[in-house]
Amino acid sequence: MPVFNQSRSRIIRLIFLVAFVVIIVQLFYLQVVSSEYSKLAMNNAVFPKIIYPERGIIYDRQGKAILNNTRMYDLMVTPAEVKNFDTLSFCTIMSIDTAEFKQRIRNVVSKNNSRVRPGVFEDLLTPQMQARFEENYWRYPGFALVERPVRIYPYNVAAHILGYINEADPKDIERSGNFYRQGDYIGKSGLEATYERVLMGQRGVQYWIKDNHNRLVGRYKDGVLDTVSVAGRGLRTFLDIELQQLAEKLMTNKVGAVVAIDPKTGGILAMTSGPTFDPNELTGSDKNKNYSRLVLDVAGPLLNRAIKGQYPPGSTFKPLGALVALDEGVITPDYGFPCPGRYNLCGHGKPACTHAGGGHAANLRLSIANSCNSYYSHIYRLAVDNPKYGNVKEGYQKWKEYMNAFGLGIRLGVDLPSEDKANIPDTAAYNKEYRGSWNSCTNLTLGIGQDRMTTTPLQLANAMCIIANRGFYFTPHFVEKIDGETDDDTAFLNKYRKKHKVLTHISDDAYQSVIDGMQDVVTMGTARIAMIPGIDVCAKTGTAQNFRVIDGKKLELPNNSMFVCFAPKDNPRIAIAVTVENAGYGATWAGPIARILMEKFLNDTIQEKSEVDLERISSTNLMPIYLNRLQFIEDSTRARRWFETTKDSVYLRKYLSIESQDQQYPNDPLPQGQRRVELLAILRDEKQFRKPTNQLLPG
Amino acid sequence: MNQRNPAISKGVDWSLIWIYLLLVVIGLLAVFGATYKEGDPIFQSFINFKTDYSKQLYFFGIALVLGLFILLTDSKFFPATANLWYAAGIFMLLLVFPFHSPIKGTESIIKLGSFNFQPAEFCKICVALALAKYLSRPDTDFTRTRSQLIATAIVVFPAILTVMQKETGLALVFFAFFLVMYREGLPSGILIIGMATGILVVSTLLLEKNTLALILTGLGLLVVYSMRRQIRRDKSLLFKIVALWFICVGIQRFGVPMIFKNLLAKHQVERIYSTIGRDVPAEYMKGEPGKPGVVAVNTADYNVKQSKIAIGSGGAFGKGLLKGTQTRYGFVPEQRTDFIFDTIGEGFGFVGSFVLLSVYLLLLFRIVAVAERQRSVFSRCYAYGVAAVFFFHIAVNVAMTVGLAPVIGIPLPFISYGGTSLLTFTILLFILIRLDADRQMVLR
Repeated sequence: MPVFNQSRSRIIRLIFLVAFVVIIVQLFYLQVVSSEYSKLAMNNAVFPKIIYPERGIIYDRQGKAILNNTRMYDLMVTPAEVKNFDTLSFCTIMSIDTAEFKQRIRNVVSKNNSRVRPGVFEDLLTPQMQARFEENYWRYPGFALVERPVRIYPYNVAAHILGYINEADPKDIERSGNFYRQGDYIGKSGLEATYERVLMGQRGVQYWIKDNHNRLVGRYKDGVLDTVSVAGRGLRTFLDIELQQLAEKLMTNKVGAVVAIDPKTGGILAMTSGPTFDPNELTGSDKNKNYSRLVLDVAGPLLNRAIKGQYPPGSTFKPLGALVALDEGVITPDYGFPCPGRYNLCGHGKPACTHAGGGHAANLRLSIANSCNSYYSHIYRLAVDNPKYGNVKEGYQKWKEYMNAFGLGIRLGVDLPSEDKANIPDTAAYNKEYRGSWNSCTNLTLGIGQDRMTTTPLQLANAMCIIANRGFYFTPHFVEKIDGETDDDTAFLNKYRKKHKVLTHISDDAYQSVIDGMQDVVTMGTARIAMIPGIDVCAKTGTAQNFRVIDGKKLELPNNSMFVCFAPKDNPRIAIAVTVENAGYGATWAGPIARILMEKFLNDTIQEKSEVDLERISSTNLMPIYLNRLQFIEDSTRARRWFETTKDSVYLRKYLSIESQDQQYPNDPLPQGQRRVELLAILRDEKQFRKPTNQLLPG
Repeated sequence: MNQRNPAISKGVDWSLIWIYLLLVVIGLLAVFGATYKEGDPIFQSFINFKTDYSKQLYFFGIALVLGLFILLTDSKFFPATANLWYAAGIFMLLLVFPFHSPIKGTESIIKLGSFNFQPAEFCKICVALALAKYLSRPDTDFTRTRSQLIATAIVVFPAILTVMQKETGLALVFFAFFLVMYREGLPSGILIIGMATGILVVSTLLLEKNTLALILTGLGLLVVYSMRRQIRRDKSLLFKIVALWFICVGIQRFGVPMIFKNLLAKHQVERIYSTIGRDVPAEYMKGEPGKPGVVAVNTADYNVKQSKIAIGSGGAFGKGLLKGTQTRYGFVPEQRTDFIFDTIGEGFGFVGSFVLLSVYLLLLFRIVAVAERQRSVFSRCYAYGVAAVFFFHIAVNVAMTVGLAPVIGIPLPFISYGGTSLLTFTILLFILIRLDADRQMVLR
């Protein structure tokens, strides 16, 4: 047969060729040009499993582990394997209902996007639950316990210092430049936060191959890309854990703070803030519940008042005032002031003084021992009105520099996060308040640690270190050494190993007379309660007024009880600042607390008298009564807001049911149509506060 | 009988046989690579008839025996029985309707013991033979429309039966035979019209309705303008152009939407749109009543995406046999059958894929060359039929794995796992080799 149409064979071949070329071009694009597909395949098939190292351990000065690791168990479930399952008995063991059970299984499935990959059913089982589950393990296919390291605080103390860890929140992750991932734990406060990089160690990564059901089926490339985890390194601190325990015991049911520093190193021996909490509450299964309870407590148990509490120092400030005046040359140690019981040179007869006449301020030593308000108001004036500075503003500026040198009004740089600098007002603040016209009489009470001046307990303790050391200090800090110290660590710690000779220019005589005066305070003055046989203690009491605005009214609250001291006089080994809010005289509460701590640290034991005091103090509840009111306002307001946003009156009902109590106030009837909860949020009975004192009390 | 060769090897085209063997071995490796489970003893698994690659090995053995039988057959047997084959094929296709097994998604399979038999697959051979027989009849004048229609009917009838068995992909294969008719003189206008229609349909899917209508109108005006002289001479030309415009806009406006709304199933609409990389428009969505457009989990889209990832992650040189994470760990669906090319693409990269496609192209070109050297029209037509079927399978299967064609489940010749398809392709090829061995004879 003749071969016609033969040319068409060429066209057919061309069609074949074109089709193949198109496919090959697409293959070339997919396989050679585009790189995104390999990444997608990696994401699909390779699962980087993070291996978490054990966090570093924190030790006290004697090498006792005060923050350690323990093992707890997560209950994991593989939803696909939960078959022929006795749900009811399981729910009984776990104390949940079946609806909750199903919900959790659903959560695991949706979180993993897989039924065959295990997920957390319940994290951090309580020991009881763990035991119950282990007994019945064989009955529940698909469930398994997985070990997990958890932080433990063996002494149950130092919550504010040691801090806690929790899952990194989005902010942490962002701040770390995505170093942390969702689900990683990160130090949230205290030393856990400051030394996070040291304590966390180095994470390891294992690359696993997963299949399309998200099951891990084997190691990727036999693990050649894996990295091992390195355990976190330990911190050696200056803390004396027994002293810390004692301090916390003394501060039970009190608001305030205690700071004890070794003046020779700046090492913090103990630091407590009342009210505090058991740090173990923020580990383990109930940590979130406990955390919200602590956050909502108006007494602020999470607040570290030692570095964040801002208190007027009151009379505890007087030794500093004396040193400034002496160094400025406006007085000599022999300088005396004829105090008639009040200070009259500013015309208003304030402040008043506990003593009148009798030469109670005949020289510097006596004035400290008797804590004469007139004397210190006057020498403050002498210092700022010093003719060599021309005017009071220059003089005040100079005075403020002294204060900053004493570490007041500045952040000291302790190795805890979020330290406050408290307040030494500058001239601008006074210029603003008094429109530029003010003099040394205006802020006269700065001389006795009042007016607008505030300090933190840490700053006060540090100021004592400066006096004890006669002019220098080391930045207060906790960590003495880091195990396996790297160059980075050394660079960090060096700032704590540097001696700050801030006030060494003040003459030895000046220090001597002030220190002698502080010793007199103990031997014959206001702080005889702090006397320890065989040890020369130098101290100063303080009683500072304070006010608080509650329900729109400014109330004067009972005085803060303050106490500062250091000992022994000639070879100082410990400096302490104690503040107890709304407790009264400095010598009543703060003084004995400081004495017991000094005894414990210096003698390693406490005298019989102190044992009695210890029991008395620790069992006394000095929590300010206004806290109840505050708590009530907070809680009812929150319940109200909750009701307004969700229309759920569960929480609000509790406050509405107090209606019967309202009947107790016939003088204050409910206005028509007003919501009861609003009324409840108004303070009614001021009598529940202890009667405020009208006059200033010297320490 | 005097035509019988003393040795069966006489006149046999060895190059086709070598290519065939090479492809089947590649196929065995690919199936092995896709289904081998870590830790299985390789040799034993190949022998025990439990694993897929073992089964494929046995089918290979059966295919070789079958091929040998075909080579031993008298070549006159095929033209003589071609119509009988066709009748048998159609009969089996019809048998499917009452006797198909209850397998999900298809109604095209008859279960014979443990063996799944798919008549639509087998029917390709019948159609190839019958078409060749019809075209080679001395009284067939293929320039006449009547003959063209009869030839079309031979091809389209089994295709319709296959569509009715919900195997649209397999049915499309029959349209490959138009290539044979084209070679035998089908007017090339039909091919052009076919392609133009294809382009029109695809643009309908890609472009917004009114935009496309405007473009078509613009094109029409352009044609009228450029042909204004001819139109002046022959007014009916203008009428023709306007009619063509009407048809085009009609297809675009009503034809395609009607097909998508009424004829195609939900998964087919999704697959087509997945190929062009678009979401299914709301008007074509076929949700359950009351739940319009529940197409959020689009498996076809997932399959193509995973397949592209598998092939793309192979890179230039591939990850190596058994090293592909996509194909080894179940991300690619149907990877031993329809998506077997992924195993090659991921394991051996661009180079491996290129080599495989080159071998296929070599096979096709060789078949065309063999076809052109036949003295017998029957042999030539049959050879083109084989080339067309192979081409359609290869091109559509690979295009689908790289995301160039909609996912229609058709196997890759000689490589995909599956007894029926391996045997069918083997029979197709070996009949050709048998016919070619006797190319000096004029067969009717």
